[in-house]
Amino acid sequence: MTQPTVGTVRTQSFTFAHPPHPMTLDSGVGLGPVSLAYETCGELNADRSNAVLVCHALTGDAHVAGYHAGDDRPGWWEHYVGPGKPIDTDRYFVICSNVIGSCMGSCGPSSINPATGRYWGLDFPIVTIPDMVRAQRELVRHLGIDHLLAVTGGSLGGMQTLQWAAAYPDMMDGILALATTSRHSAQAIAFNEVARQSIMSDPNWKNGDYYDGVRPDLGLAVARMIGHITYLSDESMHVKFGRELRGGQFAFNFEGDFQVESYLHHQGKKFVERFDANAFLYVTKAADYFDLDLANPDSPARRALATTKARFLLASFTSDWLYPTYQSRQVVDILKALGRDVSFCEITAPWGHDAFLLPDQRLETVIRGFLGGLHGC
Amino acid sequence: MAAEHCTDSGHDLRFDLRIVASWIEPGSRVLDLGCADGKLLRFLRDTKGVQGLGIEHDEDEVVSCVAQGLSVIHGDINTELPGFPDKAFDYVVVSQTLQQAYEPTGLLHQMLRVGRRGIVSFPNFCCLQVRLQMAFSGHVPVTPELPYQWYNTPNIRVLSLEDFKTYSRAVPFAITRSLAVNPASDGSAREVRFWPNLLASYGIFMITAA
Repeated sequence: MTQPTVGTVRTQSFTFAHPPHPMTLDSGVGLGPVSLAYETCGELNADRSNAVLVCHALTGDAHVAGYHAGDDRPGWWEHYVGPGKPIDTDRYFVICSNVIGSCMGSCGPSSINPATGRYWGLDFPIVTIPDMVRAQRELVRHLGIDHLLAVTGGSLGGMQTLQWAAAYPDMMDGILALATTSRHSAQAIAFNEVARQSIMSDPNWKNGDYYDGVRPDLGLAVARMIGHITYLSDESMHVKFGRELRGGQFAFNFEGDFQVESYLHHQGKKFVERFDANAFLYVTKAADYFDLDLANPDSPARRALATTKARFLLASFTSDWLYPTYQSRQVVDILKALGRDVSFCEITAPWGHDAFLLPDQRLETVIRGFLGGLHGC
Repeated sequence: MAAEHCTDSGHDLRFDLRIVASWIEPGSRVLDLGCADGKLLRFLRDTKGVQGLGIEHDEDEVVSCVAQGLSVIHGDINTELPGFPDKAFDYVVVSQTLQQAYEPTGLLHQMLRVGRRGIVSFPNFCCLQVRLQMAFSGHVPVTPELPYQWYNTPNIRVLSLEDFKTYSRAVPFAITRSLAVNPASDGSAREVRFWPNLLASYGIFMITAA
């Protein structure tokens, strides 16, 4: 059966903060011009009240749903975004943009520095999740939208979602944050640091100045393999691979006997074809810096959340050990204490952190119901 | 928009929930402990403009609440209450759930801290039918209000209407309204004025801090 889809979509570009008016980043450095790759699907209604901003995860892109012309691979959240789907493009105008610092069309270390005409490399300033969200705010303004129906996303996208609520508490009716956290844990930082070290110790990395030569593919592939382990779970690995051998028996060498090894090799290899090593350093750093400091009664984020009228829904997954349930619960508990309208559901799923990307009947129902409930009666 | 959320769902509301709903002022804030599939909260939202929140431990029930656009927290009624500020709600409803609380006194204290009023409903374990079953069958009673066997009941404690009144003096809390009823076959309830502790199978109480 053919699944409904938004059909062919096109990536668009928006540039702002032209010199001499750069965007000031959290680091204090000015960045400009800032360009964002974005896609939209569905129609903005007459009173511009049906926009849903979707925020992508660590290495995602603006291509949330539908197909690019001549490409048979759908967007990364095709299962959840489309006509009649939980984020129903017959009802909602969906916006998704690539985060700054990434390499999927928005400005980042692999784009050209207009001041020099050369690749930015490590001259690109460090960006934070609040910086990413500030850039998205400019895009939303550019699209003529003053108020969003909802902001949603999983993982790093969930962090952006929470940041949206903290930065612009009056700008949305709903915040739907999946498999995420309000502060990156030491464990999550540790995995990111190992991944970064893998890239930086690749001799081809050359302090990030590799764009004219051989790229640090090996380092980036290993970084991806490490990341990928944290997206799965003990159970899902057991179910998918167990101790299965590729050749049916031990080869007595180091070429990857086990299916799980070959799977990780494949993931690493596939990844270097689409992602930039420097960008990986930047987006992981942004995740590591993320901390809304909600336990602190005087933190700006907590003060902002205390005033918002938005409804919140946080969903975690039982087998997610990268951003475990207790991290979503911490946000829920703060929102409870602040008297906000908050819902929470821990969804049983064996797939680990990746669960928010995979088809799940309960997640479908939760997303559809939450968005539907935002209209009131 | 969202027409499926807005239908009047009162006709399939359980008899005790209809009474609970009738006691709640329009536009108030309601916390429903053990809200199950959210029937009460949905009815209150759709007919009285109530701003509701449910606490529910069953995942599928939580999902079904969210599906109706209701606010619900997937959690345990025994541990969720301390996280709410004082008087965050106008009513805290514990319908057929008090029997499942590990520490009912702690729960009641928390209810009356986070809510201005509590509404408690439970089956009467000393109604005539129960007493007769105990006396003549020699088995632990199984009734429409208490449909479980001893080995699968979620009700870890049982009480009578009189027990609840005695308990109110011990805790203490004030009972400001009460109704003893028997469910009728049409889904409504019949009030029992005469000898309620013997003749009513169900009790509903509104309570406040003493």
